[in-house]
Amino acid sequence: MSSRYLFIIGLISILHFNVEAELSIQITQGIDDPIPIAVVPFSIETGGIFSEDIAEIVKNDLEQVGEFRALSRSNMLSLPTEEREVFYRDWRILAQDYLLIGRINQQSGSQLVQVQYEFFDINREIKLAGEVLTGSVTQLRDIGHTISNVIFEQVTGIPGAFTSQLLYIVSESAGPQTSLFRLEKADYDGARPQVLLESGEPIMSPSWAPNGQDVAYVSFETGLPRIYIQNIASGQRRQITNYPNINSSPVWSPDGTKLAMVLSKDGSPDIYVQDLNSNQLMRVTDHPGIDTEPSWTPDGRNIVFMSDRTGQPQIYQIALGANSYDIERLTYDCFQCAKAQFLPDGVNLVHVRRETRQALYQIAILNIETLRVITLSSTSLDESPSLAPNGSMIIYGTKFNGKGVLDAVSIDGRVKFRLPSTQGDVREPSWSPFLN
Amino acid sequence: MRIQLNKYIRAGFLLVSLFALGACSSTSEMEEESAIESSSSSSGSASTGSGSSSGQLTQEQIRAQRALQQTVFYFDFDVAEFKPGDRETLTFHARDLAANSSKRIRLEGHADERGTREYNLALGERRANGILNYFIVNGAARSQIEVVSYGEERPEQTGQSDQAYSRNRRVEIVAQ
Repeated sequence: MSSRYLFIIGLISILHFNVEAELSIQITQGIDDPIPIAVVPFSIETGGIFSEDIAEIVKNDLEQVGEFRALSRSNMLSLPTEEREVFYRDWRILAQDYLLIGRINQQSGSQLVQVQYEFFDINREIKLAGEVLTGSVTQLRDIGHTISNVIFEQVTGIPGAFTSQLLYIVSESAGPQTSLFRLEKADYDGARPQVLLESGEPIMSPSWAPNGQDVAYVSFETGLPRIYIQNIASGQRRQITNYPNINSSPVWSPDGTKLAMVLSKDGSPDIYVQDLNSNQLMRVTDHPGIDTEPSWTPDGRNIVFMSDRTGQPQIYQIALGANSYDIERLTYDCFQCAKAQFLPDGVNLVHVRRETRQALYQIAILNIETLRVITLSSTSLDESPSLAPNGSMIIYGTKFNGKGVLDAVSIDGRVKFRLPSTQGDVREPSWSPFLN
Repeated sequence: MRIQLNKYIRAGFLLVSLFALGACSSTSEMEEESAIESSSSSSGSASTGSGSSSGQLTQEQIRAQRALQQTVFYFDFDVAEFKPGDRETLTFHARDLAANSSKRIRLEGHADERGTREYNLALGERRANGILNYFIVNGAARSQIEVVSYGEERPEQTGQSDQAYSRNRRVEIVAQ
């Protein structure tokens, strides 16, 4: 009787959690001259109502990345749903550059929907793209994001990252001196969060595998920090390290065959690389100072890491297989520089920068050829930068109103958006690769 | 200050010894309590007086007992070395481990949230290792001590105040 009651309470709290915990996006800074686009509500040919409004999803996607401004629906002079209903003049009067229209068909008694969309360049009076996407009614959000990808690429020439996802850590107080830690996955905009792992002990450093299917992370569930790999879809997991002392910072090589990590089994934290097929462990750095936060250069041949061997954290680089003393220092002009990762160009280095003794930590990009530095964030406790698969934005953890939140910024610093959590502290985002 | 205190302690010790010699056990406990009062005025940590029931504890034992009750040690920002003021207390912990070879402890290192998480994980370990090495130098066996760093993951106090930060930079001794 009492156990049945508990079960019901448990169910309620889970449902409550799913509704409350969704991160909802806020644009905190847009560009001055966004591209005007009209996204006409998609008609539902077979009648009825769907839980998701595809046109609204596309509109939100495009506005969130700051490049676009969507026309208000109430200002539209017509609501075309296919090409023959489009009059370019109507949209030119409204000063729109682009137009998206579409229609949805659902066969009666079927869960399958067909979404037809068409995308037009108003000034050149041509259709730029159009196709019919088929999926389940539960995939309307995915279909919307797929359309956003096409539009973004048509207009900017850069593939859209709207179907990408995020991994992140949430911690929540669960009574005095106790916390609950969760590894969660959500759409890039914070929608549809899912719990991949929940623990009473800390979870850290989620890293998305290049295949998009696995995640490596650190869990303290045994009382000690150990590295695990988990399949995201099945939940199947395995512990892959059990060395004495710190086992941390797992990061996949670009080809997915190796994991860079930090082990302090020989006294102080050093960088190691473990081959995931042979399980062979290779030591990369050897220094009594702290060496940590490894990342791979885009070609997979070098490891970038942070070391405090000169007294304060600075960024270094070492070729895989090189002697441990054969390292190159990359940063000189900051009091502390940490948690670095190259952009795909291999020249621009995203990192966490503490400029002076003052304890301000911000996200910055250093061009290692010109030595030019762009500081991208303006808050004071910024950390854990992670790059979008199209290289256009960086998501990172920061504090807002005393709570951990995720902020994103475009690599030119012009656009910012925030994913505030309504529950707990959110941190350590890892942006997925392109997912198929 | 220190010298004056020692005078009181010595005086108290003398009194205790005198009463002990006189086998006047009913009042010796009272005198012991007053000795505790005077010696605790500098450390500020409250004594529960547990274990004083035997009535035969030496000053050294009393100080050791009090020292062993302090299990959390706080650190300065970006500093891995324990504070000089904690040296004496940590010495008592080390001697206690040396004298009780079956005793096992865990040193849990922590950092405040400023700085990157992985660096703080390493910093927490460095802090705990500093105490580990001090314990070993003072007679504890390596096998008695497990070290784990939680970095900034388990703050004692949440928030972005200096007060919270100072509570979070710590090493805790946890009996196993």
